[in-house]
Amino acid sequence: MRKVGIIGASYTKFGERFDASMQELAWEAFKDAINEANIEPAQIEYSVVSNMGGWSSESLPAVIVSEALGINPRGSVRVEAACASGSSAVKLAHDVVASGQAEVVLAIGVEKMRESPSRTVVEYIGRAGNFMWEFENFGLTFPGYYALYATAYMSKFGAKEEDLCEVAVKNHYYASFNEKAQYRNKISVEKCMYSPYVAWPLKLYDCSPITDGASAVILASEDFIKSHGQEAVWISGTGYATGTANLSKRDDFTGLDAARKAAQQAYVKASIDPERPASQLDLAEVHDCFTIAEIMAYEDLGFAKKGEGIKLIKEKQTYKGGVIPVNLDGGLKAKGHPIGATGESMIAELYHQLLGKVKGERQAEIRNGKALAHNVGGTGHYAYVTILSLDKGERS
Amino acid sequence: MSDETEKLKEAAEEAKKNLGSPLITDQKTSSSLWFDQRELNVRYMISVERIKKFYDGLLEGKVFATRCTKCGVVYFPPQSYCSSCRSDSMEWLELAGTGELITYTVINVKPQSFSHYPDYAVGIAKMPQGVNVLAWIDSDIKSLKVGMKVKLEVKKREPENYLTYWIKPE
Ligand SMILES: [Zn+2]
Repeated sequence: MRKVGIIGASYTKFGERFDASMQELAWEAFKDAINEANIEPAQIEYSVVSNMGGWSSESLPAVIVSEALGINPRGSVRVEAACASGSSAVKLAHDVVASGQAEVVLAIGVEKMRESPSRTVVEYIGRAGNFMWEFENFGLTFPGYYALYATAYMSKFGAKEEDLCEVAVKNHYYASFNEKAQYRNKISVEKCMYSPYVAWPLKLYDCSPITDGASAVILASEDFIKSHGQEAVWISGTGYATGTANLSKRDDFTGLDAARKAAQQAYVKASIDPERPASQLDLAEVHDCFTIAEIMAYEDLGFAKKGEGIKLIKEKQTYKGGVIPVNLDGGLKAKGHPIGATGESMIAELYHQLLGKVKGERQAEIRNGKALAHNVGGTGHYAYVTILSLDKGERS
Repeated sequence: MSDETEKLKEAAEEAKKNLGSPLITDQKTSSSLWFDQRELNVRYMISVERIKKFYDGLLEGKVFATRCTKCGVVYFPPQSYCSSCRSDSMEWLELAGTGELITYTVINVKPQSFSHYPDYAVGIAKMPQGVNVLAWIDSDIKSLKVGMKVKLEVKKREPENYLTYWIKPE
């Protein structure tokens, strides 16, 4: 397999983007990414479009996007891995380049969730599990699925609702410095605690919002990058796994098995010590669709021991200056969560972080030149862990 | 149609009179939005022929799982084949007896199609046959505890008037 690097990446302003159509959002993300990559659209040989859809009007988002970007007649495909669709698109784009089938490939995610009323969106995401046995009869919602984990976690490890709120406080804090974030207000634990319940024990401020947005990542081969003379960040390992559709088929509700497996694979591929990954990574983007999800991510990724994720956030170890800064863009919680575009936005953020292009309060200190994106689809139904590196590395 | 959508539809009707097109305005961003003039109603028809005995069981007040007669793996939701040993020889097994509530939540913000219900508790029970069952919990929400003893109970769901199963504290 050939080495693959990222040469340009971007995400749009996230939020209720009533001002822009699906095409316009895709264009907004693509334009910045391709300008950064310093290439022409005609040099893109294939594209992978991540989109969950259902709530939006277009049934064939990949052709809508290809036309909008002016990259016809290059091939394309739409991929779905729920909230991890974006990372799955980057993985497929990587594989097309790594296998020698193309020199430059685009992974682009776009989601227009607010084309439907919020109740309809709640309905669609609630169906994202096992429709017949968990939604049709029992009306689960996305916060509801994660609340089942929160209840079990809190019961087993004595965590409190206040502890979960600490995650929201951190992610709103960093979002306040990110002009592309949906919510830029700093919040307190009290504000989170007084917000209404959405799915007990999760409250409004434990949850990521309904978001429109797009994000793009342009990947290229080592040969192309050398001859093009472009600055690149390398993909040094991707791990992936799936979990049961029915949550009832799982034994443990205090962590996500798929995420643990994806992390172990990625660590092996990227030569990172799974016993102490935080010491080799400069920062991480983790999938905080709900506050409990970020706590479980700390443990599933090996940043904290089982049951000690709460301690990590309470000691502010995932702020800058801590053991490992997490979600310096505000995370899904405050930056926003446009389902199919979230994964590429995590990778775009890390690309800029590793190159020191973020600047200001949000820029992490880059010492190891390595960063990790943890992107979970559904409720641990899919998991992708992608490790990026400034160093090309010798392994493939 | 939800109240939210009903209001938007009225605004679009008004706009057609005044502007000639069904354009509504988002109040926060003052962006113009085309209000879709084609409505899509969806009802799926889901194949259950090979697990029909499950529904016969509900009529007798029983919740059935399936068990592979070759390797003994138990499946809930019931599965008509064994993906563990590739056998098609399955038998029905009642999920009777006392289980344990392993986790639960209360759904406060509901999907559109469940918006006619008061807040409902959903839990997962570990049954003695070795499988878990996810269902609504028929109990006072405040009395729920992880680890409590529960059983399954079949009764009609109202107002839809069809049989389904509940988790019920003992
Ligand atoms: Zn078998």
